[in-house]
Amino acid sequence: MNGMSYTAVAFFVAIVGLTLVITWWASKRTSSASDFYTAGGGLTGWQNGLAIAGDYLSAASFLGIAGSVALFGFDGFFFSLGYLVAYLVVLYIVAEPLRNLGRFTLADMITARFDQAKVRGTAALSTITIVLFYMIAQLVGAGALIQLLLGIDYWVAVLLVGFMMTIYVLFGGMTATSWVQIIKACLLMLGTVIISFLVLQKFDFSIAKMFTDMASATEHGEAYLNPGLRYSQGLDTISMMIALVLGTAGLPHILMRFFTVKDAQTARSSVIWATWIVGIFYILTIFLGFGAAAFVGKDKIVAANAAGNMAAPLLAEALGGDILFSFVCAVAFATILAVVAGLVLSGASALSHDIYGQIIKKGKVTEKEQVLAARIGSITISIISIVLALGAQTLNVAFLVSLAFCIAASANLPVIIYTIYWKRFNTTGAVTAMLTGLISALVLVAVSPNVWGPEGKAIFVGEPLIMLTNPALISVPLGFIGGWIGTLLSKETDEAKYREVDVKANTGISVQDVSH
Amino acid sequence: MGNQQKNIDYDKIAQLDSFKQLVKKKNSFVWTLAIIFLIAYMTLPLLTSYTKILHAKAIGDITWVWIYAAGLFIMTWSLAHLYVAKASTFDKEAKAIIQEYERGNN
Repeated sequence: MNGMSYTAVAFFVAIVGLTLVITWWASKRTSSASDFYTAGGGLTGWQNGLAIAGDYLSAASFLGIAGSVALFGFDGFFFSLGYLVAYLVVLYIVAEPLRNLGRFTLADMITARFDQAKVRGTAALSTITIVLFYMIAQLVGAGALIQLLLGIDYWVAVLLVGFMMTIYVLFGGMTATSWVQIIKACLLMLGTVIISFLVLQKFDFSIAKMFTDMASATEHGEAYLNPGLRYSQGLDTISMMIALVLGTAGLPHILMRFFTVKDAQTARSSVIWATWIVGIFYILTIFLGFGAAAFVGKDKIVAANAAGNMAAPLLAEALGGDILFSFVCAVAFATILAVVAGLVLSGASALSHDIYGQIIKKGKVTEKEQVLAARIGSITISIISIVLALGAQTLNVAFLVSLAFCIAASANLPVIIYTIYWKRFNTTGAVTAMLTGLISALVLVAVSPNVWGPEGKAIFVGEPLIMLTNPALISVPLGFIGGWIGTLLSKETDEAKYREVDVKANTGISVQDVSH
Repeated sequence: MGNQQKNIDYDKIAQLDSFKQLVKKKNSFVWTLAIIFLIAYMTLPLLTSYTKILHAKAIGDITWVWIYAAGLFIMTWSLAHLYVAKASTFDKEAKAIIQEYERGNN
């Protein structure tokens, strides 16, 4: 990499220009709160499916998994499996009831049953916590990547991404965010398919030959094709796999996408679209990873970035020269922008709709005030995350992402499942489920090997109290147990309300037209 | 949110036999399959962490762990489509329930 070429500049400018045109177009279609948060609920199945893929496939997927597969063979592919199977949890358990019960936020869905400020406030707190961790991860990753690609300073890179995401959300709301995500998904698939094709060509289009060659292409020999290079602790692997598969169904920016379609049927078809796109992408991560290991080589990958994040761009350079390298870097940039825009929007919805509109103003806000609050909320979330990201440059990105998944699985999933499926569940249980999940995930990470370890390996020098790098194995059950104990401690029940929620979730009756 | 919801008598719908049956069918379908796919998924890290049986070669130099992983991809796509097929039959029943409720109201 010799800094920026003209080709790269052209691709970056094209992406920035295209997304700004979309934002300008979307801004004319954004007048109500529903436009701002949910694009008026008017997206079709394929549009929302592509947008879910664009929202979900972060730089951690594209750059991170390609790098992990390149360096650790099968162990890197564990992420791809977890992130994909997670969509079954979303589709089977969460998507339809969420669409049928909610309006803008996860808290809307839970308060459809427990209409109390403390429930909404706790849900908003958990949403904002997850959004901030996820966002810092994306921004820190983006800063490091762009710094590497363009040769500009880290803080300039973070400000650039932060500025762009704020513009999209502020002016174009969910409409702009969705179309940025749709275009990004298409670009990412295009780039990945091109690289994979070139990799396969090198192996004479034979998968069998590819595996045979890979068994001797790296320093690991045949062990490269088997698990164990990276994850040798059984419980740690299992715990991480739990966080990956259950976390997606609790990620606020993914859940929010289900409010952009008109009914449960469209929500369903959008998950099918997303599952195919995301699945094909994750299969292609094998070609990206293997290709990088074979044609770039471990030494060069690690020299560019110790975690392997530069594997995919370097592979593009090795196979397709400067043009493909520039294109892939621009795709990585678009990938980051699409994900952080979605995060800003979901953070703003919790701050402006839940905390300001519903708790402080008790729902007594005009349409105009709601949109203004949403815009102020977006700027607030953007500024907080930019400031945190500027101070978090040295934190490990993969750790922050896995923490976000772990909190989502521990704090949000139990309360979602209980709200829909458990008749006896009550207000106290909803609050204790969320708080137990949230606090236990945070505390367990704070005493984990990510934070405490030998010098240079963690944030502080010392002995960790638990050996799990991702505490989902403990914190997810704690979230469920917390909700269960909280429920039993309170005598309150709400059977009539539960019947209403049950009817709505299963028939979609308040969403569909009822002739009266 | 609003006015139209207040007019719906949720208790009445919840009491309908057809509704109770739908919920029962739906829940047993959803949770049976959810348990199946979660077990299929979690079996992989259990096998890779505590045994070496997936390290053996299956086809050429491709080891069983990749075959298992490919199986999980196929499972995900198949079960996603199965869900949609099943859900559209539930939709018809839900529609019939709403009609039954509306007839009862007129």
